[in-house]
Amino acid sequence: MNLRRDVFQAIADPTRRAILLLVASQAMTAGAIASNFDTARPTVSKHLQILTECELLNQQQNGREIYYHLNPNKMKEIADFIEPFRQFWDDRFNKLEEIMKKYKNNQA
Amino acid sequence: MELKTKVNAEDQKQDLVITREFDLPVELLFKAYEDPEIVGQWMSTNVVKHESKKHGSWQFETKDPKGNVVFRANGVFHEFSPNRKIVRTFEMENAAFGVQLEILDFERLTDDTSKLTMHIIYESIGRRNQMLQLPFAKGLSMAHDRIQEVMNKLK
Repeated sequence: MNLRRDVFQAIADPTRRAILLLVASQAMTAGAIASNFDTARPTVSKHLQILTECELLNQQQNGREIYYHLNPNKMKEIADFIEPFRQFWDDRFNKLEEIMKKYKNNQA
Repeated sequence: MELKTKVNAEDQKQDLVITREFDLPVELLFKAYEDPEIVGQWMSTNVVKHESKKHGSWQFETKDPKGNVVFRANGVFHEFSPNRKIVRTFEMENAAFGVQLEILDFERLTDDTSKLTMHIIYESIGRRNQMLQLPFAKGLSMAHDRIQEVMNKLK
């Protein structure tokens, strides 16, 4: 079976989301990333492979080590997908809050 | 800055969760969902019917300035427990989104703050993704237009 690899599939998994958070602060080797998880090393490698295939992570050779770092453009793709929906509800809830604060003051 | 409204939509699932913390006592947050007049104000729609009780039904309608109906939705309440929980259905009329089940939990955080958790279940993964993508880009651009308007007045 050939699974379609896209960014949304990639972030569906909690371990992969944790990896993205880790790497967001600095580029890291597979070993350094794996040391943050109880999961077996090959499992972490598999997650890194999926994240790389989805272009959420980029690999960079540095001497004998391969460093993984975040691809901000691809991350933006995810944020953009949900963002208009989130913004829509945020606007609505801001309005709700504003109306009820006025309501409260009028009752007082 | 921490975002006040959060949306958690996991891939390959037909539901999503919206959470928001309010600077309002839980009683006032609930009232915004209970009082038909207030519902209409923050939802920016005309509340045709809103029977705030178990087995009650509701209907919203929005018209453009010319009087044409641009949005109409309806549903029923399966649970209406003051300051605690609302379970309702939501269906947009003349739209291909199907019906959705909404479970709203109201939670007291402190005397003056509260939290709303809105769990929405769609008919299918496809319907959920359609809902996430389609109508809200417009809502966002309208919000941007409003900001632009305000900023223009300040110039």
